[in-house]
Amino acid sequence: MRPVEGFFAGVWGFVVGDDWRTALGVVVALALTALLATAAIPAWWVMPVVVVGLLALSILRAARSVSRRG
Amino acid sequence: MLALAAIVAAFGPALTSLPIDVLRVLVGGLLLIFGLQWLRKAILRSVGLKAKHDELQIYRQETEAAGAAGSRHSGFDGYAFTVSFKGVLLEGVEVAFIVLTFGANQQRLPLAAAAAGLAVLLVIALGVAARAPLARVPENTMKLAVGVMLSSFGMFWGAEGAGASWPGGDAALLAIVPGVLIAAIALIWTVLRCSPRSALVALVDSVPAQPPENSGEAANA
Repeated sequence: MRPVEGFFAGVWGFVVGDDWRTALGVVVALALTALLATAAIPAWWVMPVVVVGLLALSILRAARSVSRRG
Repeated sequence: MLALAAIVAAFGPALTSLPIDVLRVLVGGLLLIFGLQWLRKAILRSVGLKAKHDELQIYRQETEAAGAAGSRHSGFDGYAFTVSFKGVLLEGVEVAFIVLTFGANQQRLPLAAAAAGLAVLLVIALGVAARAPLARVPENTMKLAVGVMLSSFGMFWGAEGAGASWPGGDAALLAIVPGVLIAAIALIWTVLRCSPRSALVALVDSVPAQPPENSGEAANA
C-alpha cells in the first residue's frame, strides 16, 4: 500500500471504524434532527432512538456474521 | 510525543475558532461514532462474539516479534522506533482528540488539558503503586464505561448543535448516561439469552487465564 493510500485508510479506520453503516446512521440522525429543529418540531428524541437502533443493528450484524462462519 | 504535540497544537486553536453550533455537531458526531465503536466492541467481547484482549499473550507475541527482528547493540534501532512511534501516536491521537473536543466544546481547553495531565500522573502513580500486570485490569468493563460516556456526550452535543433542545437542559445528561448504559446491558443480556454459543464462550472467557503457552491467536484491537 502506498503512503498516501495508507494515510487515507488510516483516517477512514480511525473515524469510521469497523462498521461504516453506524457512522452513516449518525450523520443521517444529525441531519434529521436539524431538519425537525428547523421546522420547530421537538427533535431531541431522534438521537436516542436512532443511537439505540444503530447499536442493536450493528451487534445483530456482527452476531449473524459470526454464526455464518460457524 | 513531538508529532503528537504538533497535531494537538495545529488542531486545538482551529477547533476553538469554529462557531459553537458547528463545533457541537462535528464534535458530537465524531464522539458518538467513536463511542458506538467502543460500545460495539465491548458488547461483542462481553457476549463472547469477539476475543477479549489477553495482555500476557500480546506482550509475549510482541516480544517474540522484536526478538525475530534482530537486536542492535549500538546505533538507531528502526524496529523499536517504529513500534513505539506507532503505539504512542495512534493511541495518543485518540486520547488527544477526546480531550481537545471536550475542552473546545465547553470553551475550556486549558482546564481539559490540565485534567488530562492530572490523569496521566494518576495512572503512572497507580501503576507504580499497584505494580499489577495489565492482565488484571478489567479492560472490557472500562471500555464499556468509556463507550457509554462518549456516546452520551456525543448524542447530547450533536443534537444541541443541530438545533434540538433537551428537556431539562444540561440535566438531561443525568438521564442520557444511565439510559445508554441500560441499553448496552439490555443488548448484552439479549444476545446472551438468544445465543447459547455466545453464552458458553463468555463463560469460558470469564475463567482466569492459564500460564502462557506457545500457541494461540492474538485478540483484535
